[in-house]
Amino acid sequence: MNKADPYAGERLLESPFHPRQAPLNLREAWSAWNGYRFAECYYDAEYEYFCVRNACATYDISPMQKYIISGGDSEAMLNRMVTRDVTKLKENRVTYVVWCNDQGRMVDDGTIFKLASDRFMLTCGSSCVAWLKMSAFGFADVSCEDVSDKIAALSFQGPTTCAVLKRMGLDGIETAKPYDIRHFPFGRGPLMVSRTGFTGDLGYELWIDPALALELWDRLYAIGADYGIQPYGEAATNMARLEAGFIMPGMEFNEALKTVHLEHDHTPFELNLGWLVDFNKPHFNGRSALLAEKQRGPKYVLTRLDIEGNKPAEHSWLYGNKRCTKEIGYVTSAMWSPAAKANIALAMIRSEHLKGEIWAFIDYAKELRQYSKIARCTVKDKPFWAPGRARATPPADF
Amino acid sequence: MTQLGHYDSIIIGAGHNGLVCAAYLARAGQRVLLLEASDSVGGLASSREFHPGFKAPVAHSVNHFSKSIAVELGLKAHGLVIDVGSVPCVGLSPEGKHVFLNGAELRGVSDDEREAYARYSRQLQRFARALEPFWLKTIPRIGPNKLGDMLTFGHMGLNLRRLGKADLREFLRVFSLPMRDLMDENFDSDILKSLLSWDGLIGSKMAPRSPNNAVLTLLYRMVGTTMSGGVGALVSALEAAATAAGAEIRTDARVQRIRVSGSASGLRATGVELGNGEVFEADWVVSSADPQTTFLSLIGVENLEIDFTNRIKRLRCKGYVAKLHLALNSSPTFGGIEDSGGRMIIAPDLDSIEFAFDDAKYGRWSEHPVMEITLPSVHDASLAPPDQHVLSAHVMFVPYDLQGGWNEATRDALSERIIDTIERYAPGIRQTVVGRELLTPADLEHAFGVTGGHWHHTEMALDQMLMMRPTYEAAQYATPIPGLYLCGAGCHPGGDLTGAPGHNAAHEILK
Repeated sequence: MNKADPYAGERLLESPFHPRQAPLNLREAWSAWNGYRFAECYYDAEYEYFCVRNACATYDISPMQKYIISGGDSEAMLNRMVTRDVTKLKENRVTYVVWCNDQGRMVDDGTIFKLASDRFMLTCGSSCVAWLKMSAFGFADVSCEDVSDKIAALSFQGPTTCAVLKRMGLDGIETAKPYDIRHFPFGRGPLMVSRTGFTGDLGYELWIDPALALELWDRLYAIGADYGIQPYGEAATNMARLEAGFIMPGMEFNEALKTVHLEHDHTPFELNLGWLVDFNKPHFNGRSALLAEKQRGPKYVLTRLDIEGNKPAEHSWLYGNKRCTKEIGYVTSAMWSPAAKANIALAMIRSEHLKGEIWAFIDYAKELRQYSKIARCTVKDKPFWAPGRARATPPADF
Repeated sequence: MTQLGHYDSIIIGAGHNGLVCAAYLARAGQRVLLLEASDSVGGLASSREFHPGFKAPVAHSVNHFSKSIAVELGLKAHGLVIDVGSVPCVGLSPEGKHVFLNGAELRGVSDDEREAYARYSRQLQRFARALEPFWLKTIPRIGPNKLGDMLTFGHMGLNLRRLGKADLREFLRVFSLPMRDLMDENFDSDILKSLLSWDGLIGSKMAPRSPNNAVLTLLYRMVGTTMSGGVGALVSALEAAATAAGAEIRTDARVQRIRVSGSASGLRATGVELGNGEVFEADWVVSSADPQTTFLSLIGVENLEIDFTNRIKRLRCKGYVAKLHLALNSSPTFGGIEDSGGRMIIAPDLDSIEFAFDDAKYGRWSEHPVMEITLPSVHDASLAPPDQHVLSAHVMFVPYDLQGGWNEATRDALSERIIDTIERYAPGIRQTVVGRELLTPADLEHAFGVTGGHWHHTEMALDQMLMMRPTYEAAQYATPIPGLYLCGAGCHPGGDLTGAPGHNAAHEILK
């Protein structure tokens, strides 16, 4: 045991960017992610959110779990694990995937980066080591290496990001399409840039050797100063991702391997991610269970709601009638959306009630007094926020 | 690749379960192809020449083959006489005070022990009869059941209930009891205890003090029928029955891969591919290979679910029995034994079995090996030249993973140790040995394609029995791959020459 600090093993680790982020965390608002000290917000969540939407901002995704899957069988192994067809993924491209247990219940979601024909990077929010080990068993030529601590990563999001990267000397970055991967020399090592993110806006993710992390930060912030650069934390991320309609573990879904009660986990169909399930692929984990669910129809469907009024419907029950006697679902995430100028929510609603009336019973507080209201909800088919600039190539210059 | 005809069913492996399954399917009118990797049928029951002029099967006695299968397949017409009476069994004593057991007849112990045995054996027979019907039935899965499944469960409940309160209470008390406790409760004679424990333990990774399924295994081995002519005659009769029913048998046909095709509705087994590239197609592919071989090698994990694959991976498949074959140039004489046509057990007391097991657990073989000996050539003269004999010994608790590995030197050392041990009971036998062969579990794996060289393909233990054998989702003979069935010892009810897995699988396929 470390005599100087008996709790050394319990303390949160610091990300490679911590020395720069710590002084900027004016509110000392830290939380934790995968054992790392991690900013809930730096100054003000809404301010940071507006930086993402109107300028550019960095979000430290170093604590994200990253695995290098390599070897002659790596593609076959991943293709059997995830529901999407990985054989269609081209080199230097990224794809969003989910993977399920044998019963078709979602284990987690994440992204696969195809780095070479026999080399992939899988990223996800929480540790996947055990499932990867189980998934790799039986494949002769595949290795799964946890590189979470060996790669520092920053999510760099917002309309001015491309301009900043261009001025950093990343030649041709403006030609990178969404989900493209580009490689650049940076100092003594390589910098990998993917046009990916969790905000639904223009943005990139920067992947680098932890030894070069501070150098990257300094260059980014030196050039970004004229472009409104600002670090943002978990709270602003959560606002941005909800507007974009992205799901969050622990809010929209539970990881099947960590769920105790029957069907407190979810299938991709329930999460409205049926488009990620490729039945043209003869086999993948959970396929027969998912095919049965597709034919039967999911019990619940994750639905985007526009709710009247301006009271966020967090944790609200949903009803099929205004008298609130017929319960049909529950809200998973809700907020007032500054970008959409609407009271938005994601909600799990029993499929058979999707076509009928939907009412939210909203509890809210005003100066320590509790109030409630019943608000009509409208189902939205499109994301609340999907600006053209998120997909435009080349992105606008500033 | 050449395309060679289409069959209703292709059965992989012509062990006795493959033969039984083939016979049933062919009798039902199916066009059946039975593919065997080696040059003869029978699998672990096939008789191989181990020394010029001397042959022996690995499985060396038939004492609980299913009688109803023997009758239904008309094995009588193919030269077998069934119900030839119990196989005599002798517990050899180093002091010559052997214990003889033949059915209900027990000699070499006190009157008290004989009475205790009569009581004990009557009760166990009642238990064995209550369980008997279920060895020939598919054990339903746990979950939504059809009427037939409910009837099986109901039948099981009823049979147990019909034992009566006293017997049922006793059954529930003893079914998972260590053999040692059951023996100590009932008997005093060390030799008798070893003799009566033997059938609960042999073939498993279990010693007298292990609580698990030893009593159930004993009950499993108490039903069924004996036959004339030994193992060779059974295999010939089954081969004849399958062929007569129209099944086509091909030897030297090693299946390399089960072909799986994919469509929008998922995967389906469509046939097999041989090592030489030949392809055969079928509506049903039925594997009598062990579950790990079937799923991990022949199907491939890329076609299987992840949890399921890992359940197959964790099956305990390492065998703990070695086989010694001796070619003898004269008839061996065991001191004090007149009839050497039965089984002879060398295990002077329960501790000798326990200590041998302890050695094997830690990767060693015992300096005091315990074993079951038969002379198969007594019943089947074709196994040895005239007036000469084959000695066959199942040596318990020889590890698959020997510390330092198996090689000629370690094999020789163990063979010598076993022969020395036998010599104590059959003085002079060493001088009559003209040839020998030791098959360690690792050798059995190599020679017969059985993972771990395990007699029962995978351990018969409570967690790998009934609707969990080999694992749920493959325990009703059907597997997660439509069109693929299992019919080997890795399925309910398990190993030994019973014919039950082959029979039950055919029944499921023909449903």
